[in-house]
Amino acid sequence: MFPASYFTKMDKLVKNIRIKAEKIGRPIRLMELCGTHSQTIAEYGIKKLMPKNITLVSGPGCPVCVTDQSDIDVVVSLALAGIPVAVYGDTMQVPGNVVSLEDARRNGADVEIVYSISEAVELQKEKPSLVFFGLGFETTTGMTAWAIKNGLTVYSAHKLFPLAMEALLANKKIRVDGFIDPGHVSAIIGTEVYQKFKIPQVVAGFSGEDVLVAIDKLLGQILEHKFWVENAYGILVKKEGNKKALNLIDEVFEVSDAKWRGLGEIKNSGLKIRKKYCLQDAEVVHQKLIAKIKKDIRTKPSACKCGLVLQGLIEPKDCPLFRRVCTPESPQGACMVSVEGSCNVEYRYGK
Amino acid sequence: MCLAIPGKITAIKNQLATVDFNGIKKEINISLVNARVGEYVMVHAGFAIEKMDDGYAKEMQGYLGHKERRV
Repeated sequence: MFPASYFTKMDKLVKNIRIKAEKIGRPIRLMELCGTHSQTIAEYGIKKLMPKNITLVSGPGCPVCVTDQSDIDVVVSLALAGIPVAVYGDTMQVPGNVVSLEDARRNGADVEIVYSISEAVELQKEKPSLVFFGLGFETTTGMTAWAIKNGLTVYSAHKLFPLAMEALLANKKIRVDGFIDPGHVSAIIGTEVYQKFKIPQVVAGFSGEDVLVAIDKLLGQILEHKFWVENAYGILVKKEGNKKALNLIDEVFEVSDAKWRGLGEIKNSGLKIRKKYCLQDAEVVHQKLIAKIKKDIRTKPSACKCGLVLQGLIEPKDCPLFRRVCTPESPQGACMVSVEGSCNVEYRYGK
Repeated sequence: MCLAIPGKITAIKNQLATVDFNGIKKEINISLVNARVGEYVMVHAGFAIEKMDDGYAKEMQGYLGHKERRV
């Protein structure tokens, strides 16, 4: 149970937000970049607490959602070709041009779900040809780097978070007045990297109060017609980030171009495994097979609007499939699969 | 995917630490941080991703101490 003082604090924050919103007097769109923030916002009903002129939109912070379809298709096809694969659980149901990992497993493919990549390192001792599907942002990349150094073979779809922010800001169709920066990505990369973005930003933790503090601070910056990076998660996030993790990432990975669902190809936004570790790079080990898989993939037409949802261009309910044919039990796209996906969150908490 | 929980390190053996999450103890990989016994870390997918600062540790200890006094 929350103590009564907790709600008093929340009430006070909501009141401050209302006062600031009224003073600003124009429509404001704030984007939470991390899927876990979207989850908090839904869980606490924060959208309903917002004044009329404040809109909260979700950004591309759900790692499973932004993973490009081709990467999913490759891992599914590897599994179907008889190569054991290990994945984080939230990728299992993503539908693909081939099938989902879940369907591949039902058809006899060896697909292991792990909670932690260290389980995959152990599994590889029994199954030497095991391939781990490495995806996500800086929060998980350090762990993948550790696992590669400890002998794991990986198919890397890892991405660099700030590059997605850059792509969003470059797209003139997307109007955002401030970012709630991700808490745990920032624990790794620090806050300095955000300073190049000329927009109000607050790095926030994941409680309801943390998110309200972030919104209040963003409105404060907008009211003053200024922008800077405020760190409201100082108990964890440091200006320079986690150097040990960053060094490990740099030792194992190098920057490469990467495809994102919704955002398309973004230059220098991905991480590929350095040559030094090429014997553990699935793209090198299974080069010929992957080339054949990519050549053979036929894109199935789909009305799924996940790509637009990820950029905050439309709301999940604007998608013709949402709630009608697309549900968490029968997801038609990645945004409905992951518990951090905007469509999944909206399905569970919206109405 | 970025859901993480803070816990206190109670023992360390090589890269693995025993971390106490409010009474539940788990083995956590601490290869990504320079942490010592008694410090608080944020844990995600079996790994400590960063140390919590001293202020947080004191707040937690104060809270737990307060609770113990009440009992």
